Amino acid sequence: MKTSTIKVPYLARVEGEGGLYIKLKGNEVTDVQLRIFEPPRFFEAFLLGRNYSEVPDITARICGICPVAYQMSSVHALEDAFGLTLDTPLRALRRLLYCGEWIESHVLHFAMLHAPDFLGYEDAMQMAKDHPEIVTSALKLKKAGNAIVTLVGGREIHPINIRVGGFYRVPTRRELHNKLKEQLEVAREIAIVAARWTASLPCPDFERDYEYVALSHPDEYPYNEGRLISNKGLDIAVQEYPNFFTEEHVAHSTSLHSVIKSRGAYHVGPLARYTLNYAKLTPLVKEVVHEIGMGPTCYNPFKSIVVRALETLYACDEALRIIAEYQMPERPAVPVEVRAGTGHGCSEAPRGILYHRYRVGEAGEILDARIIPPTSQNQKTIEQDLWQFVSSRMNLPEDKLTWQCEQVIRNYDPCISCSTHYLKLSIEQE
Amino acid sequence: MAAKRKPKLAVWKFASCDGCQLSLLDCEDELLAVTDAIEIANFPEASRAIIKGPYDLSLVEGSITTSHDAERIHQVRRMSKYLVTIGACATSGGIQALRNFQDVKQFVAYVYPNPDYISTLSKSTPIADHVFVDYELRGCPINKYHLVEVINAFLNGRRPNTPQHSVCVECKWRGTVCVMVAQGIPCMGPVTQAGCGAICPAYQRGCYSCFGPAESPNAASLAHWFQHLGMSETQIMHAFRGINAYAESFRRESEAHEN
Ligand code: SF4
Ligand code: SF4
Repeated sequence: MKTSTIKVPYLARVEGEGGLYIKLKGNEVTDVQLRIFEPPRFFEAFLLGRNYSEVPDITARICGICPVAYQMSSVHALEDAFGLTLDTPLRALRRLLYCGEWIESHVLHFAMLHAPDFLGYEDAMQMAKDHPEIVTSALKLKKAGNAIVTLVGGREIHPINIRVGGFYRVPTRRELHNKLKEQLEVAREIAIVAARWTASLPCPDFERDYEYVALSHPDEYPYNEGRLISNKGLDIAVQEYPNFFTEEHVAHSTSLHSVIKSRGAYHVGPLARYTLNYAKLTPLVKEVVHEIGMGPTCYNPFKSIVVRALETLYACDEALRIIAEYQMPERPAVPVEVRAGTGHGCSEAPRGILYHRYRVGEAGEILDARIIPPTSQNQKTIEQDLWQFVSSRMNLPEDKLTWQCEQVIRNYDPCISCSTHYLKLSIEQE
Repeated sequence: MAAKRKPKLAVWKFASCDGCQLSLLDCEDELLAVTDAIEIANFPEASRAIIKGPYDLSLVEGSITTSHDAERIHQVRRMSKYLVTIGACATSGGIQALRNFQDVKQFVAYVYPNPDYISTLSKSTPIADHVFVDYELRGCPINKYHLVEVINAFLNGRRPNTPQHSVCVECKWRGTVCVMVAQGIPCMGPVTQAGCGAICPAYQRGCYSCFGPAESPNAASLAHWFQHLGMSETQIMHAFRGINAYAESFRRESEAHEN
């Protein structure tokens, strides 16, 4: 049989580094491996012996695109270990901060990294030449997210204001109104236009019967709290995570692959959150959903670009609600009473659920740490998507197929830094 | 007359979190102006287009942690007229340099079920340990305005103008009352290079030195203060052994408090 190889030495527009290897026998796919060769950084190991109070500043450094998510899952896990409940306004402020990160991260991805794929541009800078208004308004929208994280968190990358129990300093009502409100109102309008625009992009016909996993909260679209549920019957407390999920270590990756015990691959992120929590979106978001003709569920991973835009709209709407109802908390943090124990935390990072577990000693020192990022949870699902996708498109010219495979991966916005704690596409004919 | 060739910029990643290169995309107001003036020739995080070197300016993020990367950095140097390192990872080895104080084999075994699949060097080292660096921009992450200044300066053939004093000076400029003097909160500001704008003290907390050591820091004297504030030897060791743990002056000070 003829032997040929297609190689793309670096998968661009994915944060981090990774490679993709596809093996074919004739027109049949025989193997798909998403290879991660990001140098491992060993966060869990060097947390050992550190004081609990240092954890959110350290874990933030796992990912520069979603530091808030790492900080949120960390502090919630440690608060779980200490049996701490946050005052209501502090909880709202954390939600506001998370809205900021969703906006920053989602807009970066859908407008700057993902949209160029749909229109055949190599990057947003090229796209900006033909569609300047799209790129400039997206930058404006992203800036509104940065403004939230800067005010509430102290700065946009690696915020300094998050601590176990709450914050170091809380903003006044006036600060939130003066510095954020107007900007967010403009951002919300841009997000509506962006959602319509993403829905108009040419989108491949491709669906799979995923097991979606996301947090679910009785009253709100999930950020920091809730039960872990799936569309295939999972319904557990975050503390039960280790009983239902397990990690596999495969030779082609410095990131661990997560699976649901006895069932296998699952899917986390915007599509999972949306499909499992549609009812909790605000009336404004639902109105836009109807207008663009999306249903309350979505199984086409290419449509994730639309869902990211919708979640950005939600985040703007939710941030404005929080600001309108905000009362300055009486204290910036709830006092911590250190006790030995184990705590679990799970929050909805822009790319999906991020689970942290810590065992803490009597003096507040970390004795054991486990961090399971969204990308390692999606990795197996991405490989399966590629398998099905490539099988039906073997007639495409190589360069086109290569680009489309990259796009399949970018559907997941894989934040490779996160999951290793580089992408290289090689298609090999056996 | 032919149009002047746009200078070519490349962005390289080694072991890092991508936060420093993201700072470039976070320059919302300046990004399109920057891309008008320069050609982004290699920036895989933002574009699939790759234009061959040599490059006028290379921005290097991340530290060296694998033998493959130790070779790759030499290739990057050969292709670059100027090489500027961005961030704590690239300038001091970063947070991942915490491995340098322990046996990395134990780290591998702790994180990965199949340690044999992982190849890594025993130390995380800054770029300047491997190749000549034209300029270092500190911070975890860097200050994006400094990045724009550095790009401007190098493309115009002048020396960048970035602050060299300590965080304390920035607190004075900002009008923040010293958190250490007034509230007894341990703060690394006196030994930390300015650049962030003294954010932490303005948020009622001590600096944890994400910008790393200022020029000739008096680390021992600060450690002495920390003792007066009631910090344990382990706490003092951890204060110096953070995001810039492998920076020479901090490394020495943290080792002095090992028990
Ligand atoms: S210096 Fe900090 S922000 Fe920059 S890449 Fe390293 S960890 Fe990320
Ligand atoms: S005050 Fe210190 S820790 Fe805080 S941002 Fe500035 S340099 Fe980093």
